[in-house]
Amino acid sequence: MDSFNIMFFILAALILFSSIACVVTKSILRAATYLFFALLGTAGLYFLMGYTFLGAVQLMVYAGGVVVLYVFAILLTRGRKDQLSKNSKSKIFSTLLLCLVGLAIFVLGIMKYQFQAEALSAPNEGVLKLSEVGSKMLSTGDGGYLLPFEAVSVLLLACIVAALVIARKR
Amino acid sequence: MFDLQNWTTALHEWMLGILPEWAAILIESVLVALIIITLYAVFAIVLIYLERKICAFFQCRLGPNRVGKWGLLQVFSDVFKMLQKEIIRMRKSDRFLHDLAPYLVVTASMLTFACLPWNKGGHIIDFNIGIFFMLAVSSIGVVGILLAGLGSNSKYPMIGAMRAGAQLISYEISIGLTMLTMVALTGTMQISEIVQQQYDNGWNIIRGHIPALIAFIVYLIAGNAECNRGPFDLPEGESELTAGYHTEYSGMHFGYYYLAEYLNLFIAAGIASTIFLGGWAPLHIAGLDGFNGVMDLIPGFVWFVGKTFFVVLLLMWERWTFPRLRIDHILSLEWKYLMPISLFNLLLMALVVVLGLGININ
Repeated sequence: MDSFNIMFFILAALILFSSIACVVTKSILRAATYLFFALLGTAGLYFLMGYTFLGAVQLMVYAGGVVVLYVFAILLTRGRKDQLSKNSKSKIFSTLLLCLVGLAIFVLGIMKYQFQAEALSAPNEGVLKLSEVGSKMLSTGDGGYLLPFEAVSVLLLACIVAALVIARKR
Repeated sequence: MFDLQNWTTALHEWMLGILPEWAAILIESVLVALIIITLYAVFAIVLIYLERKICAFFQCRLGPNRVGKWGLLQVFSDVFKMLQKEIIRMRKSDRFLHDLAPYLVVTASMLTFACLPWNKGGHIIDFNIGIFFMLAVSSIGVVGILLAGLGSNSKYPMIGAMRAGAQLISYEISIGLTMLTMVALTGTMQISEIVQQQYDNGWNIIRGHIPALIAFIVYLIAGNAECNRGPFDLPEGESELTAGYHTEYSGMHFGYYYLAEYLNLFIAAGIASTIFLGGWAPLHIAGLDGFNGVMDLIPGFVWFVGKTFFVVLLLMWERWTFPRLRIDHILSLEWKYLMPISLFNLLLMALVVVLGLGININ
């Protein structure tokens, strides 16, 4: 058991426990905080694999963006009732069933897929240069991502227009 | 040029001689962590003293002058006072979130602090995406501030946290765009390479001339806002909100916010000196080889710390000169002026780079 495995288990335990705590806790603000830790742990996994770009994006977009957005939404909408409602028996049962189905699909997928063990063995920063990511993102050639990239920007434009329509003075 | 890497490699090899590899790396990591924490505390003390003296200078006062010679021991006595104070916990507050928030703020600040280039070969965290990593970890601090405001379950912290959150998220855009402008000039995000380039070809602010100067000014404004300082300090405006998001904190928990505030100032100045003023790269003038040789004799960390304190001085000057802005003015300054200016500036820098209009010393 080398240091990478030790770090992997620490991060996995962090993700696992904060994910469970995120679902189990009654306070909505605490749920957002536990989600934050789960996302930080995921970023840690990316850094462990040496894919620093994805790790930094994970930190920036999810930890710094999405969680802040959640906390802002809680801040702006919170009334007297910030505790989650009690769950009925049938709700718990159906959720459990759905979760088991989801787990089964995931486990099946993981068992079926032939993982390359070497790909995860050591930090391999420098395998992929950021300039390569950038030029792939804007290339129209083979393996280029220009069309999805532009489609996402149209989606963002639609979001901005929608926000302006909702927020404008009537 | 003094290269710290020779020393660290020698230390590493000496350690490998007497210890197994894992133990050597573990001891080195602990040593580096201790160095970071010590530097963090030392710079905080220096900055607090400097801030008091400079503030007094701008307001025609004397500043601290009773404790020790020229008030030099004032900050130390303040730190000891803060260490002794009781940490008070409110009954209706969310204990877990209330206690967690200051650690998030101080962790984000320390991670960013570890990215600074102290010397040639003296980089602690040096990824190939350095600048982007720096931006990413500094955004964790926003979560800490928001949790502080919400976890306290009190009105003043809540309003303060809302203002701070809106302000930090807005000004992060300007910071990101100005950094992107300079990354467009250097063509790399790795901090060590950015500084090495400036050592070879001259400081970025000269290489990028007009767009770099615009970016520098925008960065100085946005940097002050990002540290919750200067004319942008209304998240903790004491005359309206008592102390903003850290109203309900006492003892060392408040101390962490205090520490993080001053170190964020140092970090903002350090980033500015890295991407605009050349980090540890000494001042070189083309053609004057003797002069350049003398400048190379001064070690890199002296250059870096000197430049950083120069930018700190600029930021403090800004803070103590302008009156506090209103929240809607702050947001419109960012969204209606700074962001369009920095977007246009990015375009200008792209033109300069594509047409090869930059000035290269060598």
